[in-house]
Amino acid sequence: MTRTSLERVETRPGDPVMSAALVAEHGLSPEEWEQILGFMGREPTFTELGVFSAMWSEHCGYKNSRPLLRTLPTESAAVVQGPGENAGVIDVGGGWGVAFKIESHNHPSAVEPYQGAATGSGGILRDVFTMGARPIAIFDSLHFGSLDSPQSRYLFDGVVRGVGDYGNCVGVPTVGGEAIFDPAYERNPLINVMCIGVLPLERLIRGEAEGVGNPVMAVGARTGRDGIHGATFASEELDEEAVDSRPQVQVGDPFTEKLLLEASLELIERDLLVGIQDMGAAGLTSSGTEMAARSGSGIDIDVAYLPVREEGMTPYEMLLSESQERMLLVAKPEHEEAVREVLERWDLQAATIGRVTDDGMFRVREDGVVRVEIPVKPLVDDCPTYVREGVMSPATAEARAADLEAYGAFGSDEEVATALRTLLDSPSIASRRWIHEQYDTTVQTNTLEGPGSDAAVLRLPAEGRALAASTDGNGRHTWLDPRTGGRAAVAEAARNVACSGARPLAVTNCLNFGSPLRPEVYFQLAGAVEGMGEACRALRTPVTGGNVSLYNETGGQPVYPTPVIGMLGVIEDLERRVPSAFRRAGDEIWIAGTTRDEIGGSEYLAACHGLVAGLPPALNLEEAAALVDFLVEGAADGAFASAHDASDGGLAVALAECAVRADGGPLGCTVDLDAAPAGANVSAAARWFGESHSRVVLTCRPGEGERIAAHGRRHGVPVARVGVVDGPDSPCRLTGAGHAIAPPAAELARIYEEAIPRRMSEEAGITS
Amino acid sequence: MEAGMNAGIVRFPGSNCDADVYRAVTDGLGARATYLWHKSTDLEGVDVVVLPGGFSYGDYLRAGAIARFSPIMGEVIDFARAGGLTLGICNGFQVLCEAHLLPGALVRNRNLRFRCHDVGLRVENAGTAFTTAYGEGDLLHIPIAHGEGQFVAEVSTLDELEAENRVVFRYVDRRGQATDAANPNGSARNIAGIVNAEGNILGLMPHPERHSLSVLGNTDGLGVFQSLLAAVSRARGRRSDTAPPEAPEVAAGAVAGAGVSS
Repeated sequence: MTRTSLERVETRPGDPVMSAALVAEHGLSPEEWEQILGFMGREPTFTELGVFSAMWSEHCGYKNSRPLLRTLPTESAAVVQGPGENAGVIDVGGGWGVAFKIESHNHPSAVEPYQGAATGSGGILRDVFTMGARPIAIFDSLHFGSLDSPQSRYLFDGVVRGVGDYGNCVGVPTVGGEAIFDPAYERNPLINVMCIGVLPLERLIRGEAEGVGNPVMAVGARTGRDGIHGATFASEELDEEAVDSRPQVQVGDPFTEKLLLEASLELIERDLLVGIQDMGAAGLTSSGTEMAARSGSGIDIDVAYLPVREEGMTPYEMLLSESQERMLLVAKPEHEEAVREVLERWDLQAATIGRVTDDGMFRVREDGVVRVEIPVKPLVDDCPTYVREGVMSPATAEARAADLEAYGAFGSDEEVATALRTLLDSPSIASRRWIHEQYDTTVQTNTLEGPGSDAAVLRLPAEGRALAASTDGNGRHTWLDPRTGGRAAVAEAARNVACSGARPLAVTNCLNFGSPLRPEVYFQLAGAVEGMGEACRALRTPVTGGNVSLYNETGGQPVYPTPVIGMLGVIEDLERRVPSAFRRAGDEIWIAGTTRDEIGGSEYLAACHGLVAGLPPALNLEEAAALVDFLVEGAADGAFASAHDASDGGLAVALAECAVRADGGPLGCTVDLDAAPAGANVSAAARWFGESHSRVVLTCRPGEGERIAAHGRRHGVPVARVGVVDGPDSPCRLTGAGHAIAPPAAELARIYEEAIPRRMSEEAGITS
Repeated sequence: MEAGMNAGIVRFPGSNCDADVYRAVTDGLGARATYLWHKSTDLEGVDVVVLPGGFSYGDYLRAGAIARFSPIMGEVIDFARAGGLTLGICNGFQVLCEAHLLPGALVRNRNLRFRCHDVGLRVENAGTAFTTAYGEGDLLHIPIAHGEGQFVAEVSTLDELEAENRVVFRYVDRRGQATDAANPNGSARNIAGIVNAEGNILGLMPHPERHSLSVLGNTDGLGVFQSLLAAVSRARGRRSDTAPPEAPEVAAGAVAGAGVSS
């Protein structure tokens, strides 16, 4: 079926007539339309217009983000596959690789939380197993409005059930993530899911369409009318009619996904394929064109052979359907029958729908008649990109300028104790047990440290090694200062991974922002990406891929700009991994890193004073890198009994978390915060609850603190002994800046554990 | 005479704890394991059959309801009825109930949510072929991971199970008490696992295979597989003395109750 001469492309009877309005409806600007006319040399058909609409959407084409993303570092000795594939891959030693990627499903989840979240999980799982990797872990980074709102409770409940049911059924443990609650996400929650898989590196396969004449096969579920134009939907703002978009949300079938997973891995293991790709966003259109683009080939398919769920579907619908649990694969010609047999054994559909060509065209036929003929290269690679002007929003400028001096002091000890209780009761800080008990966290028997730890730790197939991973981001900090927010997301994720003893190796990122057409949003996007790039370079953790989700806003209000980083690291000897909570009474407590007079953007100001203001804590890259080295080498040396990152809520909350999360029940402690390394003129509030970066709470066996001190000296990280872990019946005795409190550890644990269940109890009500 | 045991692990479409059982038997116990495909009708001479956890056929109708009719199940039912040692974990327990090899049923958890966490389990009967490695009253910590794990049965059935000492595991708190708070799913009388009257078929909701590898820091579940290995060895010993029975005979009495956990 190889062709060099162009066939006549025929408009389909009944297709709408081309008009400026139709082009605009498809999200294409007049300039973009001119560009299309230019390289097509004719007016596209309606079906072709649909293809352009999908491929040149932000979701597939990265129109507004590509020039920014290009500045990110993407290479290191560990990176085997960088951005541009289904997922990134790093070398973790012993011949093994890890494939991983994060993706958003924000808009579908805002409209239909259960299916939106479920299909988000399904898509990212497929991105990982199409690299030849068996998924071993899922992480979910979730942002919702306040749990005081019934709408947010409804979305939160549905999303947790959706993530849970999908991963639980497929048999991949959900072992980590975060849940942040802030009114900024009220109508537009952020649902980011990261999947991690392992593969023998020699089995790595890519989404390529090589070899003229090779069969192109559609496998898995049948194609229906669901999710048509999902990619375009994801690239628009949600409005009041968004609920009417429910038909654009796909329905997930994790059972079929599990069969696809096993069948795909078997096909790859038996070396029957040339390439394989998920039919995700923009379905057959993006998978077909992207596979051809990677190989510089063409693809010629006939939709008459595509297994469909309903009669009378048009080529337009079949090309743009986002029906779930489908894959496109290119088989080795001599193995076409073997591929069919494997799929049949797993009770899956397989249909050969076309062939690879060498003419560089994406050609789609309907019963032999050509309906689409677009040159692949300009379609995929020449999507127009835009560099815009960014301006800080007046609201941000005003918040940054706020005078916070009045908030630096406490009126009484009781005020300090109340603030600590309020923070532990904040759903963004509190225990996530309510969430993760609905997730299977231990299936596959790899989980060494699950949810509740700074980083999840999983054993790797390579003997004695373990993988650590964390997802992090801080929208509030990024809103106040995009560049610092971008840096901090990377640095905090690296710190979390390093606290477990792992050397951070690489990241995947998910950029959740508002409409880039707004100068203040573009300012946030550009600043955050710049900051991320700086931190990734300083920490030597390149970006291997990710996802951009723009247009996250409702009713004219963008969400907080929220870059989420998924960080991976490796622990050489899993026996040397470090847990985050206190281990036993009598251990010494140390603090590493400098506390500065920084309370801007803190959870303390937000939760205790209802204030989002000031400059977020600065992120010094040298300090961040030195702390990571200190943590990794100290862990390898066995210097730490536990290590926990201080972030939201500052040192007081970090200490309380170490106390209440102790294995076997809460432990007390006695700590003098004034003994911690600190800069000049640190206010009382900053000392207790400030969120200065690059600080960690450490413990060690009694009398072994000198080892911590020695590692601190070697890496130039200031460390100090601040106290001791007490028994289970003891209070958390904290003193500092002239104040002293001693709430019982058991009481703090109760507050911490009850915060989310109390708000999600039946009395609170969940409404749509 | 070949030493050890070959455990047949049934793979239904949607099984997802099959590999975990495989690792528990091979890496944890040092015995052999063989996967049995659901479309097959050959048990390949395995000593023990394990129905693993997962979502067989998606569990879209009712957990375990479709799996019970797959081709391999005809063989499994014959094997179990002839006295063959059969272990159903989680979804496998649901399949055994659907196949009427065990009484009662497993319905949605009391709180209508999937639950996954470690539970306390008390060994109520250390004399079964699945529990001789434990001592009576031993306290184990083993994960659960299910949405439909609430064991229900007629009161008369429950009374019969209790009277015949067929409740093998019960959900208990840290102090070993079978309290309501320690019951993760609302199961009748805190029942987590039961055996049939003949003692050769065990179903339980918790996942012993997930706590069977020392690298994970807890091997409380390994005793189930150690017990099976011991039962298979005993049966084989007897079989070599006398005429071979069709399937491994079940040990009636307890061997030394070497508890793996206190």
